[in-house]
Amino acid sequence: MLSAITLLLLFQLVGEVVTRFFALPVPGPVIGMALLFAALAWRGGPSEGLRKTANDLLQHLSLLFVPAGVGVMLHVHRIAEEWLPIVSALVTSTFLTIAVTALVLRGLHVHEEQQK
Amino acid sequence: MTTRIGEIWVYLSASPLLGLTLTLLTYQGAVWVSRRLRNHPLANPVLIAVAVLVTLLTMTGTPYQTYFEGAQFVHFLLGPATVALAIPLYAQFGRLKRMVGPLLVALLIGSLTAAGSAVIVGRVLGASDATLYSLAPKSVTTPIAMGIAEHIGGLPSLTAVLVILTGILGAVGAQGLYALLKIDDPAVRGFALGVASHGIGTARAFQLSEQTGAFAALAMGLNGLLTSAMLPLVMPLLMYRMG
Repeated sequence: MLSAITLLLLFQLVGEVVTRFFALPVPGPVIGMALLFAALAWRGGPSEGLRKTANDLLQHLSLLFVPAGVGVMLHVHRIAEEWLPIVSALVTSTFLTIAVTALVLRGLHVHEEQQK
Repeated sequence: MTTRIGEIWVYLSASPLLGLTLTLLTYQGAVWVSRRLRNHPLANPVLIAVAVLVTLLTMTGTPYQTYFEGAQFVHFLLGPATVALAIPLYAQFGRLKRMVGPLLVALLIGSLTAAGSAVIVGRVLGASDATLYSLAPKSVTTPIAMGIAEHIGGLPSLTAVLVILTGILGAVGAQGLYALLKIDDPAVRGFALGVASHGIGTARAFQLSEQTGAFAALAMGLNGLLTSAMLPLVMPLLMYRMG
């Protein structure tokens, strides 16, 4: 487990360095994810320890958003003042995005499968 | 007696221990409640935990900064967890390769819909410019969205909150929407949820199945990359005012 966590941090670290060095608009962890994916593809998959640690960490992915979510208390004033546009924008955009993405993907995917 | 309690409170409120312990306890309580309600989408663990913590902090008059001193240790794990998403992603490599064309088209359209519809609806209903710039990246995972907001002129800490709310909305509503639209392919379900609702959508997707989760993770990563490249170009068009 210790070596798996070290590996994840190492890839994040390399990601942070890469994104800063090349002044990329993407955060380090996302570059780290892409690099780890490439490494897995090259090596033919993760070790059992890495697979298990990643699984444990991702099982509690929701927890990691709680501290930022509590930050809502800093913006109570603005949200109270602009609640109608904010709530409408969030609700419309979230459900429209899910529906549009899913319908486009299903349409294209079904079309491709039928051509085969 | 009262002074003793006062002294203990002074110690606890200055130490990161309380914020951290409280976050873990509240979250586990929220997960317990969510399981008791058979993972009903409305009983979202993030929603419950945030509501309880905000109530506690407000009642005790504790500033967010003090709470965050402790909670930052949990917040920090977002980085390694993002890196770890490479593992479920790799497990779906085979299916991913077969779908790459449709995935990229759906991503582009979904990503534009997310930012475009939020800004347009917000503008029509009279949101301030700072709010609009903070709304635009709200479908992207927290660290990326905060970076984008800073870059285009929004308020990063407001964006973080809007990102979490978007995530909760998607996680709560997606299943109902999929039932309505008769969408049952786990890859399609996961991908759309990941594009619209990033990590919280992904966490929900992993509850549904491993494959749903992997495609949500993929969508979250790709949408982060695409939005950070695209939004600085699209935003001037969305904010354009005649005259």
